[in-house]
Amino acid sequence: MTDKLIEIRGVKKRYGAVDAVNGVDLTIGAGELFGLIGHNGAGKTTLFKMMLGLLPASAGEIRIGGQAVRGAAFREVRRSIGYLPESLALYDNLSGLETLHFFARLKGVARNTCPALLERVGLAGAAGLRVRNYSKGMRQRLGFAQALLGSPRLLFLDEPTNGLDPQGILEFYRILAELRQGGVTIVLTSHILAEIQQRVDRLALMRDGRIQALGTVQSLRQAQDLPLALRVSFRPGDEGILHKVLATLGLGPVETLDGVARFHCSRQKKMALLAALTAAGPSIRDIDVHEPSLEDVFLGYAEQTP
Amino acid sequence: MSGIEFGQIGVIAGKEFRDRLRNRWVLAVATVFTIFALVIAYFGAAQQGAVGWRNIDVTIASLVSLVIYLVPLIALILGYDAIVAERERGSLDLLLSMPITRFEILLGKFTGLAGALGVATIAGFGLAGLLLFYQLGSAALFHYGGFVLSAFLLSLCFLSLAVMVSVLAEDRMRASGIAIALWFFYVLVYDLLLLGLLVVSEGKLNLNFFPVLLMLNPTDIFRILNIFGFEDVQRLYGLATVFPETLANPWLLGSAMVFWIIAPLGVATWRFK
Repeated sequence: MTDKLIEIRGVKKRYGAVDAVNGVDLTIGAGELFGLIGHNGAGKTTLFKMMLGLLPASAGEIRIGGQAVRGAAFREVRRSIGYLPESLALYDNLSGLETLHFFARLKGVARNTCPALLERVGLAGAAGLRVRNYSKGMRQRLGFAQALLGSPRLLFLDEPTNGLDPQGILEFYRILAELRQGGVTIVLTSHILAEIQQRVDRLALMRDGRIQALGTVQSLRQAQDLPLALRVSFRPGDEGILHKVLATLGLGPVETLDGVARFHCSRQKKMALLAALTAAGPSIRDIDVHEPSLEDVFLGYAEQTP
Repeated sequence: MSGIEFGQIGVIAGKEFRDRLRNRWVLAVATVFTIFALVIAYFGAAQQGAVGWRNIDVTIASLVSLVIYLVPLIALILGYDAIVAERERGSLDLLLSMPITRFEILLGKFTGLAGALGVATIAGFGLAGLLLFYQLGSAALFHYGGFVLSAFLLSLCFLSLAVMVSVLAEDRMRASGIAIALWFFYVLVYDLLLLGLLVVSEGKLNLNFFPVLLMLNPTDIFRILNIFGFEDVQRLYGLATVFPETLANPWLLGSAMVFWIIAPLGVATWRFK
């Protein structure tokens, strides 16, 4: 990890008798693309808001760039932070360009940078259109453009692909990749785990206000020791050979359909299985090995007793 | 956060002001003020069997009644959702994520709305004032200018109360209820309560204490500010007899109105943390 940009120490947030965030310790390095995942009510958005200084912590401390987020000097840090909230609400009576002008003035950013930002998120053609006439996807793009005002060094994106169509999602992650190459630190949450599993450097899985797991996607997979998913195509009439191989290794159950067998295999038995299948010669036509998805990992953790 | 950045206040104020210009709120209120002011100035003495442009004292006395009803209502409607609407819509978080303090947001909102109220009040009553100047001369215009200024101060008092409500209320519905209740209390109920107090006490109430009670209502301060300069008008108001002339200093009354602008804003700032 590179320099620490965000430091969270023993942070708690209590609402009456409920601990929305309960003792979180976390460090995020400069230039990282960090994912925050968890079920609804796990405390992600509350932690997000505390990182932005929108909510005071009941206990603990959060520092960004060495500054306490609710401290006197945090105003300057805010100028280099972009934020896209989960429930994005913009001003319906303003046009897209006027919206960016308004936030640009608050951030102290030159207004002449706004048209280029609208172009970047694909809204150049709708710059003069009132936000009330924008679709949900267009609002989300405008919100993203707003977050990018002033070339921020740190981006907080809460469910950033909400309402975007597949093309919009691809475009969003393309821009995110560019930003990451430029050294921007990005913290994002998403319920669409398939979207982020290939993109985040590290992630934290939150549950009941705590961090249940923290690391790279691969390290979380390994920690869970979830089985690999295999798809094996076999020559017609040779299903028995395949079953014999699997029985030898104690693998099963197997679903077979149209010459393709689907089953799971532990990581420890993977090499032995591959060797046995290769030894089976022309009976086996193809083998696909799939790592457990982030969704599998997430569900695996969800089944654990807290 | 460190010191106040007036530029940030200006950005918020500018947006609030432009929003009211754009949705024609300023134009609508200015038109209402102009029409009412002209109608009342011309027909205000119809009950006494006369119509037409008469002396400025009586015209202002008639307009005072209009302003006491209308201006607080308009100011409360304008400001009651200034903060709570942002909170309810979800845009407050985005705003607060910018390099701006809560106090700057609050002051920006107040300033922008005050600007809209000021333009509507001055333009609305100003147009009527031009006609009065033509009909009644420049001395009348001086008195009328004082009246317009005090009407603006009254609007700021209630705008400040409205902004306070917008911070304290949990949602817009409750904020609107509280705003209406405030209007009823200060405009309709308060003076009745005072008069009732006088009657119930059968004259035993210390009248020295009475002016203090009047100062607790911005509409009463406005009324006193506008009627004490004119002997003709004083006779029209029963309350004038219980207000000592020494306390009827325009600067003192003006200061009391300024207090009514600052105090609710102070409470709003405290609670908006």
